[in-house]
Amino acid sequence: MLIDWFTVAAQVVNFLILMWLLKRFLYQPVLDAIDAREERLTQQMQAAQDTQAAAAAERNKYERLNAELAQQQAGLLAQATAEVEATRLQLLEAAHNETASLRSQWQDALLKEQQSLTQGIANRTRQEVFAITRKTLADLADTGLEARMVAVFINRLQTLGMAEKIQMSPPAGQTDCQVLIRSAFLLPPNEQKALGQAVRNLLPIQPTIRFELASDLLSGIELISNGHKLEWSIAEYLAALEASIGELIHTTLVTNASVAPPEPAHA
Amino acid sequence: MHLSSDDLVLWEYGWVKLNLTIITTWILMVALGGGCFLLTRRLSNAIHIPRWQHVLEVVLLGIQAQIEEVGLAQSRRYISFIGTLFLFVVVANLAAIIPGYEPPTGSLSTSTALAICVFIAVPLFGIREIGVLGYLKSYLHPTPVMLPFNIISEISRTLALAIRLFGNIMSGGMIIAILLTITPFFFPVVMHALHLLTGLVQAYIFSILATVYIAAATRGEGA
Repeated sequence: MLIDWFTVAAQVVNFLILMWLLKRFLYQPVLDAIDAREERLTQQMQAAQDTQAAAAAERNKYERLNAELAQQQAGLLAQATAEVEATRLQLLEAAHNETASLRSQWQDALLKEQQSLTQGIANRTRQEVFAITRKTLADLADTGLEARMVAVFINRLQTLGMAEKIQMSPPAGQTDCQVLIRSAFLLPPNEQKALGQAVRNLLPIQPTIRFELASDLLSGIELISNGHKLEWSIAEYLAALEASIGELIHTTLVTNASVAPPEPAHA
Repeated sequence: MHLSSDDLVLWEYGWVKLNLTIITTWILMVALGGGCFLLTRRLSNAIHIPRWQHVLEVVLLGIQAQIEEVGLAQSRRYISFIGTLFLFVVVANLAAIIPGYEPPTGSLSTSTALAICVFIAVPLFGIREIGVLGYLKSYLHPTPVMLPFNIISEISRTLALAIRLFGNIMSGGMIIAILLTITPFFFPVVMHALHLLTGLVQAYIFSILATVYIAAATRGEGA
């Protein structure tokens, strides 16, 4: 017979034992290992997704911060540029003002220097003219400068026109007349006497004559009567000379203008 | 020449006989159980696992996928039974490549034992899933008139299981033995390769039929 029932029973038992063995040593451990690995993979995937999400959030945060920083930087740069521009304009204006002030001071100083120079030249010229004239007159005509000046002034009084005489005379009915004669030098007594006589001849009444020394008269004689003034001096000659010298100085200044005062350094 | 390895009795005491079938089965059990014990001692739960563990997982997940494909969604409940059927028949048949080896599946006693296991397991799984009444009702499916035919079908398919496996494996061994005596060298080698393929296919057929029977029983569709 092909079937041995003892063998059948033994094989059934063997199969059940083998089933237990495989379940114990194969299916259970391997399937558990698969489950554990799947669980681990799931956890790792979840952790990776969480990390990725966190990284994305961080990236977004830093991108936003970067954008804010760039915006802030641009704002600060614009503000700094505006402040620098304002400061530059302010400094430029201050420099312009300082330049203008320096130029004004320089021009004032130049003007003062010119005036001082002019004054000095005038004084010196007057002194030189007087000295030369005095020496020339003494050498050539054997006479003094002051005497010639008084003579010239007397001559002028004598040749005055009628209108000037009327202006010099006191009004009708006035008995008192004050005449002031100012001179740049002290008149000798002879000249004072001659000059007083010429004045008395000019006026209709007897005036009271007073002589006064005036150093600012630029070497001349001045007569003041009835509010009118009659004078002779070398001022006119000196004015012409001064104009000539002034033109010379101006030319020199224009030539030196190229050497302008130094500009103040700009900030 | 003997038809079955049952005929080679190595030790006998009364009705207890230790024949070649039982001894070979024990050797296979030791090989399978011991091999699995040694392999699964050092299983890794890490992402990267050894190649041998990959092979084990591929085999088990393949069996599980086949069970689910037939219709048993809770495949882990059945993998012990169906997987053991498949692995035992496969290993028993493929070991035929060893010279002098006689597969225990070529014994009608072994195939009958396996068929009896299926015969018992099918109602047990069916009752566990749908209850005793639900399972018994499946014999009246689709009409009570079909009850005797369902019972006959239950018995006949068990016989068919046993004889199909026995016939295929035994015939393969017989053909090789006959060809060795007639035309040694080339043809026996080809037939041996064919026999290995047949053994693999028979293991698949046996286990997949058992799965189909269990799936039908658990759904209450009768035999």
